Amino acid sequence: MASASRLGKWTFFGVIGVIAAWFVGALVFPLFQSDKVRPGREFAPRPVNNEPHPVSIRLPDSKPWIDSGKKDAKGHPVMVSCATCHDTRDPDFATNDASKLDEFHQGLKYAHGSQTCLSCHNANDYNTFKKADGQPLEFSQSMQLCAQCHGPQYRDYQNGSHGGMTGHWDLKQGPRERNHCTDCHDPHHPAYPQVMPVFPPKPVIGEAILAPHGSPHH
Amino acid sequence: MESNPSSSGGCGGGSCGCHGAPNDGQGDSTRRNLLKAAGVTLGAAAFAKALAPLATWSRENLSVDDFLQKHYRELDKEQLAQVLKRIEEDTKANYGADVTVKDHRPQLQVKFGYALNLSICIGCRRCAEACHHENNHDRSSGNSYIRVLEMQKGSLDIEHANAHYDHPVPHPDKFYMPVQCQQCDNPPCVHVCPVEATWKEADGIVVVDYNWCIGCRYCEAACPYHARRFNWTKPQIPKEEINPNQSYLSNRIRPQGVMEKCTFCLHRTREGRMPACLEACPTGARVFGNLLDPDSEIRKVIDNKRVFVLKEELGTRPSFFYFFDE
Repeated sequence: MASASRLGKWTFFGVIGVIAAWFVGALVFPLFQSDKVRPGREFAPRPVNNEPHPVSIRLPDSKPWIDSGKKDAKGHPVMVSCATCHDTRDPDFATNDASKLDEFHQGLKYAHGSQTCLSCHNANDYNTFKKADGQPLEFSQSMQLCAQCHGPQYRDYQNGSHGGMTGHWDLKQGPRERNHCTDCHDPHHPAYPQVMPVFPPKPVIGEAILAPHGSPHH
Repeated sequence: MESNPSSSGGCGGGSCGCHGAPNDGQGDSTRRNLLKAAGVTLGAAAFAKALAPLATWSRENLSVDDFLQKHYRELDKEQLAQVLKRIEEDTKANYGADVTVKDHRPQLQVKFGYALNLSICIGCRRCAEACHHENNHDRSSGNSYIRVLEMQKGSLDIEHANAHYDHPVPHPDKFYMPVQCQQCDNPPCVHVCPVEATWKEADGIVVVDYNWCIGCRYCEAACPYHARRFNWTKPQIPKEEINPNQSYLSNRIRPQGVMEKCTFCLHRTREGRMPACLEACPTGARVFGNLLDPDSEIRKVIDNKRVFVLKEELGTRPSFFYFFDE
């Protein structure tokens, strides 16, 4: 019986030992575990030596044309060049409001400081703008015209912190397209218009809509 | 050791019943086998019965593979590929949509930063709407990772802000502050997670393993920016509206009962693209980029504008910055 007893004792201590080892292992194992993801999965490759993709600016689709008020055979409006009328008329440098005009440009909303029409439009060539130094400027280059007065905005635009954009933050991985001044600002009344907000938040379970203090919610 | 044999435990003493009848014969042996088999069957049935509530409590259609899946960071490449394939198949089965679920890893030498120009933001909430669609949020709850707060000019008191404004914006007396996950460098939400289902990655994004999350909502309570959301129901999205470009850690359709949060659209930004909220912003109030690149747009903002972070006094060290132009 002595040998059986010894066997039982060893079995008993063996089992206890295994349980203890397992317990200690479970406590210690996490300490040795790396906090990183499995090897080979830490990082994604990123192109390093690629030439940067271009940043393109949406060109304004405004052209030196105006609706004549007539329709062609297919019902499309007949557009005429600015010079059609303005070449034969004397410029009025004082005009700063479309309501003072007898024909054309009727209903043009104008609110752009104390500028007159001919502050920006070129009386010598109505198909172009006029810069502050008197030099003509193509319609497509109108950002330069805005930048003459709105320096901080132009600086921020160049630094990427003014104006909407789409595309890539990383130009090594793809191009970027940027809005033009006139995509958001109507040059004749440039203040950004009021809009109705979209996508009102819905109350979720457990959340009550509380009006802020002092302003009743409706 | 051998001095007291009668005191040893187990069968060693010889008085135990299992040694009592060594020569009972064949009949007893079959009865024993039968009993064993019955015991195993009953045991297995009891085990299955005991586990059954787990399946109903957790989520519907929880497969065994789903239940036994390892933590995201412990999956090797092959296991991960199987998991992604299974999620794609589940999405097809549950939503009828063909989607691609990828594993977007951080890029070397990239740490994301976001800045928002409060002088320009008009509060139109298009960012919140874009987030809703990009990240496959439940349609009925109108969920979004972005909450736009209408604030009184001259005040930065977030607790008295109004997220439910409904009038033409911008109101002349107000300014608008969109708040989303700030991707803190010292994230309270990560510290409180009892199961390590959420963590901060090398490029600064705080992510959630939706399959590891137990839905205790500690992180939601810990976040000082109210940036985390809970999936109260199984997300309902029409098949044709599901964004098929998905990632395991970001915009794949989340299961019911788990936490979710803004990931700076890592399925886009880790491919070099802009986040959806930035692309949707009509005024360009948002600036996104790599904080480690000194020539990036975000660095120009931080270097030249007077930026601030929300609730700086809490020491969360956000990667999300706000500034005014004037």
